[in-house]
Amino acid sequence: MSDGLVHPYIPNAAPAPRRRLMKEVGIRDLAALYDSIPNDIKLKGPLKLPTRIESEHELRKHVESILAKNKSCQDLLNFRGAGCWQHFVPAVCDEINGRGEFLTSYGGFPYSDHGKYQALFEYQSLIGELVGLEVVGTPTYDWGAAADSAVLMACRVTGRDHVLVPATASPERLEQMRGFTKPVATIELVRCDPKTGLMDLADLKAKVSECTGAVYFEQPGYLGIIETQAPEIAKIAKAAGAKTVVGVDPISLGVLESPGDYGADLVVGELQPLGVHMYGGGGVAGFIASRDDEAMVAEHPSFLISISPAADQGQFGFGVSTMERTSYDKRHDSTDYYGTTQWLWGITAAVYLSLIGPRGLAELGEGIMQRSAYAAGRINRIKGVTAPVHASPFFKEFVVNFDRTGKTVAAVNRALKRRGILGGKDLSMEFPTLGQSALYCITEIHGKDEIDALAAALKEVSA
Amino acid sequence: MGDGARAKTSFSRHDRSPPTLGLIVNPVAGLGGAVGLKGTDSVEMVARACARGAKAQASARTVMTLQAVRAHLADRIAVAAAPHEMGAEAARAAGFNSRTTGRIRAGASTPEDTKAIAAAMVEAGVSLILFAGGDGTARDIYDAVGTRVPVVGIPAGVKMHSAVYATNPRSAAALVIGFFEQRWPVREVEVMDIDEAAFRCGAVSAKLYGYLEAPFARHLIQGVKMGQAAGGGAALDAIAADVVEHMEPGCLYILGPGTTVRAISHRLGLAETLLGVDLVKDGRLLAADVTEADILDALVAGGREGVKIVVTPIGGQGHFLGRGNQQISAAVVRQVGRDNIILVATPEKLTSLGAVLLVDTGDPVADEILSGYIRVVTGYAAEAICRVAG
Amino acid sequence: MTRAVELFHAARWNEPLIMDMTSPGERGVIPPAVDAAIAKAVGDVAGSLPAGVRRNSPPKLPEMSQPQVLRHYLRLSQMCMGADVTSDMMGTCTIKYSPKVHEHLVRQPWVWDLHPLQDDDTIQGILEIMYNFERMMCAISGMDAFTFEAGSGAQGIYANACLIRKYHESRGEGDRRTEMLTTAFSHPADAAAPAVAGYRVITLMPGERGYPEVGAVKAAISERTAGLMMTNPEDTGIYNRDIKEIVDLVHRAGGLCAYDQANGNGMLGIVRAGDTGFDLCQFNLHKTFSAPHGAVGQGCAAVGVKKAVAAYLFGPVIEFDGKRYRIKGERREAIERIRSFLGNIQTVVKAYAWVMSLGPEGMKAVAETAVLNSNYMLEGIRKLRGVTIPWPKNKYRRMEQIRYSMEKLHAETGITAHDVMWRMIDYGVQHFMLSHHPMLVAEPFTIEPGESYTVDELDEYVEILRRIIDEAYNDPDVVKTSPHRASVTKIDEVAIDDPKCWAFTHRGFLRKSAG
Repeated sequence: MSDGLVHPYIPNAAPAPRRRLMKEVGIRDLAALYDSIPNDIKLKGPLKLPTRIESEHELRKHVESILAKNKSCQDLLNFRGAGCWQHFVPAVCDEINGRGEFLTSYGGFPYSDHGKYQALFEYQSLIGELVGLEVVGTPTYDWGAAADSAVLMACRVTGRDHVLVPATASPERLEQMRGFTKPVATIELVRCDPKTGLMDLADLKAKVSECTGAVYFEQPGYLGIIETQAPEIAKIAKAAGAKTVVGVDPISLGVLESPGDYGADLVVGELQPLGVHMYGGGGVAGFIASRDDEAMVAEHPSFLISISPAADQGQFGFGVSTMERTSYDKRHDSTDYYGTTQWLWGITAAVYLSLIGPRGLAELGEGIMQRSAYAAGRINRIKGVTAPVHASPFFKEFVVNFDRTGKTVAAVNRALKRRGILGGKDLSMEFPTLGQSALYCITEIHGKDEIDALAAALKEVSA
Repeated sequence: MGDGARAKTSFSRHDRSPPTLGLIVNPVAGLGGAVGLKGTDSVEMVARACARGAKAQASARTVMTLQAVRAHLADRIAVAAAPHEMGAEAARAAGFNSRTTGRIRAGASTPEDTKAIAAAMVEAGVSLILFAGGDGTARDIYDAVGTRVPVVGIPAGVKMHSAVYATNPRSAAALVIGFFEQRWPVREVEVMDIDEAAFRCGAVSAKLYGYLEAPFARHLIQGVKMGQAAGGGAALDAIAADVVEHMEPGCLYILGPGTTVRAISHRLGLAETLLGVDLVKDGRLLAADVTEADILDALVAGGREGVKIVVTPIGGQGHFLGRGNQQISAAVVRQVGRDNIILVATPEKLTSLGAVLLVDTGDPVADEILSGYIRVVTGYAAEAICRVAG
Repeated sequence: MTRAVELFHAARWNEPLIMDMTSPGERGVIPPAVDAAIAKAVGDVAGSLPAGVRRNSPPKLPEMSQPQVLRHYLRLSQMCMGADVTSDMMGTCTIKYSPKVHEHLVRQPWVWDLHPLQDDDTIQGILEIMYNFERMMCAISGMDAFTFEAGSGAQGIYANACLIRKYHESRGEGDRRTEMLTTAFSHPADAAAPAVAGYRVITLMPGERGYPEVGAVKAAISERTAGLMMTNPEDTGIYNRDIKEIVDLVHRAGGLCAYDQANGNGMLGIVRAGDTGFDLCQFNLHKTFSAPHGAVGQGCAAVGVKKAVAAYLFGPVIEFDGKRYRIKGERREAIERIRSFLGNIQTVVKAYAWVMSLGPEGMKAVAETAVLNSNYMLEGIRKLRGVTIPWPKNKYRRMEQIRYSMEKLHAETGITAHDVMWRMIDYGVQHFMLSHHPMLVAEPFTIEPGESYTVDELDEYVEILRRIIDEAYNDPDVVKTSPHRASVTKIDEVAIDDPKCWAFTHRGFLRKSAG
């Protein structure tokens, strides 16, 4: 292959530049570049891959013909959430995160990539406003990773190794947390009241001890429930010397109180609802927020972008603070790890929050609560169906039970799918005590027509 | 910020009078080197060097360092210089308006002058002492200063054994600038006592004399907890925690000199000999500051349940045996065995040594046994494998 | 040189913080209003929340109209040296052209409007791509199974450490095998990940040829060895010739070997992790496989394993019965979930399209051109005054990235590699990378051109270095005080690390400014 290959992405693979470079380097054969690699492990033949598609037109046709087999949530009426939700994405968000300057930037420091750092500082700031805390780090891999890191931050700061998590927490996040924390901490579940879905405070009080480093709960919870006892939980944790770690869906923070204001020491959450498409799960990104306390700041695993004055009067710049906190500097001394995560979604969240504004976020939250209450009400009227299962206020998601219809969630969902509807997530495996229950998600994209259509379809399929 | 107003520089800088840099030059350091003499620690040696046409290096190198410092820090620092050829001339040549500390007989300065002036500078409240010289100068500074004030050494001697010296005048300047401007942290560095007469005959006989504090570059830091500036205390604690956790009952531990090993004694709650060798067993101090003979006796008496040596590189070149811990002799090493040597060092220390360690027990057979690769405890649950050059 | 690089100036918009641009009453986007019938039916639901959890004052978000928000963020994007815009040859980053056609493929409902929990029969397209791409990755790497759930290189490396841990636990040797080997020049994550997974980390230091020698590995091996996690070639650009012997040593001690293929760009089609004896590997799809770096993510780590470890692999198993694709669920003995859902599937689509557009010869051309470009630059850089190449004892060719030293330049002029880094921006190119820790090479700089640049662009980059070095000898002040033509002037870098001064949010900044 020393003759060269003409390919639009590889300028110097073409014969002329290739010959020129080889001459300058002093080799006659490209194999000479690899004299450091023992011959017995080198590949003898070409990689067993499909033949190259040369033209962009055919490449596009090929991939598009495959992707066309997907049905998206534009084709289907989607009521599934459970950690990734369908919300309205403003066009300006897509515009900004599609800009090549942002999309293809990477390791530049704050002089060459000043704009990127400012955008991320703005994301840090705006999330800080939502959650009521002064320190927000750059995005993590997802909510689960943020929660994992946060509970261990709490343990390290308190010198303890016991973590309490409600039994209704997201089972996937709980599994992630067990895996991550098992070398250094134990996780214990706190019972939740079967009627309300709220944390059983008596059980919490019984289980919290001077070994407890973190009490973690989600707001709204995985099952959509608004934990109305949040301030009390924080008090109980604090009295025991444990840190309160709250996981949030930030789109609820137009109507729900900032956890920082009711006693949370650490707040984590999911950025995806803030202007990011679902991308089949690729839209997730987490964040960690805390107070500006030196000991706690020292435990953040991610980058922390600080504002700083610049030489020109009135100008400011940014910098990555205290890299010695991170696994980049700590290497084998690391207690957490960090790398490339989902910063593009952090920038997107800043754009979204700037567009939606305080009034928009409040209207959004209020509207979601009204729509989901309406949906639960309509569904509850269906014979044999109960919604919501829990007697508590809820945000966006709620549990629907089908036990008295005699139908499984799987069967109901199959029938819904034939009608072009994606029903709620089947909870029967994750929470067997809930029987044949599903988690339904209603957002601002669902108007009355869509909700009524769901109710009508459910009525048919559960009869 | 806010209300659309133009941003004022909102970060409050604590206004104080500029910090002071103390400056001491040993004018005869390095005099011998270029003309083939090793060391000029006596009047006759100085005379011999001058007779051979030697020109003083220290002053020229100091000027180079000071020029670089001034280019960066300008009048953000004040300079207090020892008089005449001991600093004031170099300061002037570099463009500093320095004030003079102490009095000397011009042209006839002595080590006593170095000590007196250094002590006076500490009393006067300098933030950092910059000095130029060799191992002897480092010992003089140590005698006067100890660890009360951090120091930076400009190498001007023949061969630097003390770890306090920067590699060259430019890096010395970088350390001074980093200390004042970016608040680089400090660490303890060894001052070596070289038997110069022996050195002139080609033998290196080095004892650990003491520890000075010197700034080190932030980018060398690895695994040091944020906020723990001085001496990388947390890194030493981590190493100590690891070693102590693995200590076996009934085993005799020969603890060598150095701050990293000292952290282990501290963790056990024991007093330690910073510059000497201690014997510890079952968490108790058996004997302090022992000689080679003491160690060999102890090995005979009770080495049945095992013996281990705990050492750390001493001096600027990375010797973990043969410099400053000769009590742990070739004979001791041959009896204890290579596999029972526990080496400890912070990652920053290893980086500054280029991750290459040296031995010089005086016995080529022992040296050979030790060469190859060795495990070094670098933190809690962390080790490094380093090459040992002969 | 085709451009007058000395005339470059970055956009300098002096753009205020968006929080300072707020204009009460303005709105950027209005959410859909609730149907009147719904409002009538349920009333003010939010208003009836208990006081303790109900928001009592609105969050301080900016109030702005839409064009102003757009303009603000577009300006910020302009103050960014993305690879689309200028040369970026940062070592260890593997910057390359991210084909725009890939963006057109994924920024469509059929990718970006998929819900991760959709039924299999509604996502046949994405499952087909993931299924086929898994096979392609096996062919490229010599592994037997892949998953794409991990979100980036570091997370993929962490997954490898967890897989090794599970492998030994299921053999009853978890308590005994407590040590993991890595090397000083592997990515920090190769040391951090095993530490987080609970291992005692043994770091192999390089020998005279710039990489850990067999003797070092022998000194590190014991019955406590769980495995080895390393990059090869390392960040220095040096390939460890003894790699097979090293892998054998670890295997004979009962350990597993994980290959961090972050530096795999120069190896595609040349040598494979599987053939080198490795049991696990991870590739950065956002580096080697052209997916855009996304301002530091959306990444994706393709984690691959051999059969012996496949039982523990996390992530969904995708099956094909000849007609339809199915997610079979997790493997019974899989390690705990590493990340939510299926992973960054948009990144997988882009990587798939890239491999399809290259084919076997194209992949090899990528590797050979990347290494050729790197060695061509070496010829230019070695002639630069004050620059040395570490480990001169190693006479073999360096690979797709090369670490150099400006130690001599520093000794002679006082200018550091860090200073040079900032001055590069004045000439309109993204600065180079110094080095990860540990900084064993003094005044390091690491350059990885990749395969996307022309000869002129390579020449321009070296010429810019030459000019700056010239300035270092003749006008060091201009280098020391740079950048001069960037989007912002010199920042107070001390304040950023000072707890009294740092501010990570606007609210923190306001509090500290007032106080």
